[in-house]
Amino acid sequence: MAGLTLSGVGKSYGAVEVLKGIDLEIETGELVVFVGPSGCGKSTLLRMIAGLERITAGTLTIDGVRVNDVPPAQRGIAMVFQSYALYPHMSVRDNMAFALKIAGRSRDEIDAAVTRAARRLQLEPYLDRLPKALSGGQRQRVAIGRAIVRDPKVYLFDEPLSNLDAALRVATRIEIAQLKEAMPDSTMIYVTHDQVEAMTLASRIVVLADKGVAQVGPPLELYEKPRSEFVAQFIGSPAMNLLEGAISGTGETTEVRLAAGGGTIASKVPTEPGDKGRKVRVGIRPEDMEATDGEDYAFEGRVEILEALGEVTQLYFERADPEADPVIAKLAGVHAGLRGKTLRMTADPGRVHLFAGGRSLLWR
Amino acid sequence: MSPLLQGMVTILIGVGGCVGYFYAANLLLDRVIFPPSGRDPGRNISRANAVRPWLFLAPAMAALGLYLVYPVVGSFWRSLYNRDGGSFIGLGNYTDLAADPAFRTALFNNLLWVLVVPAASTFLGLIAAQLTDRIRWGNIAKSMIFMPMAISFVGASLIWKFVYANEADIGLINAIRAGLGFQDPIDVIQIPFWNTFFLMAILIWIQTGFAMVILSAALRGIPDETIEAAILDGANPFQIFFRVMVPQITGTIVVVWTTITILVLKVFDIVYTMTGGNFGTQILPSYMMSYMFKDDGRATAVAFVIMLIVLPVMVWNILQARKEMR
Ligand SMILES: Nc1ncnc2c1ncn2[C@@H]1O[C@H](COP(=O)(O)OP(=O)(O)O)[C@@H](O)[C@H]1O
Ligand SMILES: [Mg+2]
Repeated sequence: MAGLTLSGVGKSYGAVEVLKGIDLEIETGELVVFVGPSGCGKSTLLRMIAGLERITAGTLTIDGVRVNDVPPAQRGIAMVFQSYALYPHMSVRDNMAFALKIAGRSRDEIDAAVTRAARRLQLEPYLDRLPKALSGGQRQRVAIGRAIVRDPKVYLFDEPLSNLDAALRVATRIEIAQLKEAMPDSTMIYVTHDQVEAMTLASRIVVLADKGVAQVGPPLELYEKPRSEFVAQFIGSPAMNLLEGAISGTGETTEVRLAAGGGTIASKVPTEPGDKGRKVRVGIRPEDMEATDGEDYAFEGRVEILEALGEVTQLYFERADPEADPVIAKLAGVHAGLRGKTLRMTADPGRVHLFAGGRSLLWR
Repeated sequence: MSPLLQGMVTILIGVGGCVGYFYAANLLLDRVIFPPSGRDPGRNISRANAVRPWLFLAPAMAALGLYLVYPVVGSFWRSLYNRDGGSFIGLGNYTDLAADPAFRTALFNNLLWVLVVPAASTFLGLIAAQLTDRIRWGNIAKSMIFMPMAISFVGASLIWKFVYANEADIGLINAIRAGLGFQDPIDVIQIPFWNTFFLMAILIWIQTGFAMVILSAALRGIPDETIEAAILDGANPFQIFFRVMVPQITGTIVVVWTTITILVLKVFDIVYTMTGGNFGTQILPSYMMSYMFKDDGRATAVAFVIMLIVLPVMVWNILQARKEMR
């Protein structure tokens, strides 16, 4: 049975619709990550699940029970806020104990729960400190501890790492991954705009865009088989290159003649005879681009900017239209001599995506 | 000269005087006293910079000395003399005070004022702040509650004289009593002991608005997330208010409380206007007023007692306010 289901869930603030028609099933024990551009409604969706925002359309069930009108505290959820939201006047211990005190649990029970959580999060030395005497990472751990103590069915995280510096972010990300592993039965929903967090933590990623769900799937599926141009460009960094073209050969392997000149490029995306001549966009990830000497290539251009990162070299090609995104290639290793050179780039047919009208031809 | 012109000239002279003072004083310091020349210019510059803060402080210190320190010392000195200031009687005025039952009544009443008025104003202000923050007509309610702040104490007392008037046609209290079927009007101002509380109501009425405005700002400063976290933790609205919100603004509550306390220790207008200190409602400031120009020795002694009582509250108030600012 699904741990949590959303069917037709929507949210409007007065006349302004922020989310609509969201259908999602989240199994018990999953770690689902919501990603999407800023302002797309990730927090709003999470807060509706928490009960902090009213659900204006559709139903939300937790463990099979409709909870649309159930108060937040009785939904069996706990939330970790981006700003930690610790009670500044309470010690770490009292912060973690607050929910249990409100629930009227016995002292022994509270002490045991707080001690267990503090040990797991290495917070024991700080139990009697006030939040202001803690570092950012410690505060975030207290916030997580406050959630753990309540032993919720569902954990909700709203960008929990975005207030931490880069090194701490990695460390805390790993801690959250370990925490999840130690609690295989708890469901976690995690909101982030950071795709590294999404790719590394998620069992499934939900990409939100345009008031709804653009694609749901395991991280690598989203990377390898994006359903739309939006998802293709949102997942992966730098974003996927998109090149105009028209289908010139159909079948198991599709041939596309590129509009900007050059030859044809092959893609493993199958097409039907009727597709011949159809205008498409060819999607190639920068890391899949490779240089070629042949007559058939996807793109030809002069290297305008070269970024040598040691591990990889990123090439930014000159643009005909200064408004357009530059074509980018990411080559393994060091290629310092390529600046100013004109290169022809192609890619393995298995790694060439085809989109028509913004939708992937693979998912028709 | 028209008052407007007079005001303009005053402002010009004041501002111009300040600018002139700082300019001339700095010039004097940098060019004449410690010029950056001679055998050791570096040393002269640092000496000039060590003196400069005092240059800026000097006018304020002079003004404070003239209008604050001198009167305090002068008052204390005067309180050691007799009625007409002719002969030195040491602490005689103070021992007289201690022996005077009227003084003790005033002291006791003042204690009641200090206990009740700040507590009631702060509490009512806090409740009003919270309740008006969440409703649509909250701002109108806020303005109404704040309005009495704009009325002078004497004006407020006059309004309340009508409320308390000993006639059902005029007084609100007696009108309500009459409405409930009571025949004879009562003079609430003359009810022993409780009349003090009726007078306090006036100051509470005035100060609740002040407390509300300050505390409302403080309540708005509380991060929404802590309140949402408390909602998720299962706290009910009362628990959220008293266990999560109020503790986060204790600093401001203390500042408001002590500020009103200091005020309470200084307000004589209400008692003076309402009862003239009769019917056992005397408090220290009105007691002092009753001796002013009749026995300045004793009046200044009372003033000094009031100052001694206010001082610790004031120190605490300033310390708290500073802590809040950090
Ligand atoms: N109280 C509100 N009233 C009106 N619009 C709101 C309100 N809260 C959020 N929104 C809008 O909802 C959208 C989604 O916000 P949010 O969920 O915070 O985005 P995200 O977390 O993905 O960055 C935004 O466009 C925002 O302007
Ligand atoms: Mg957000």
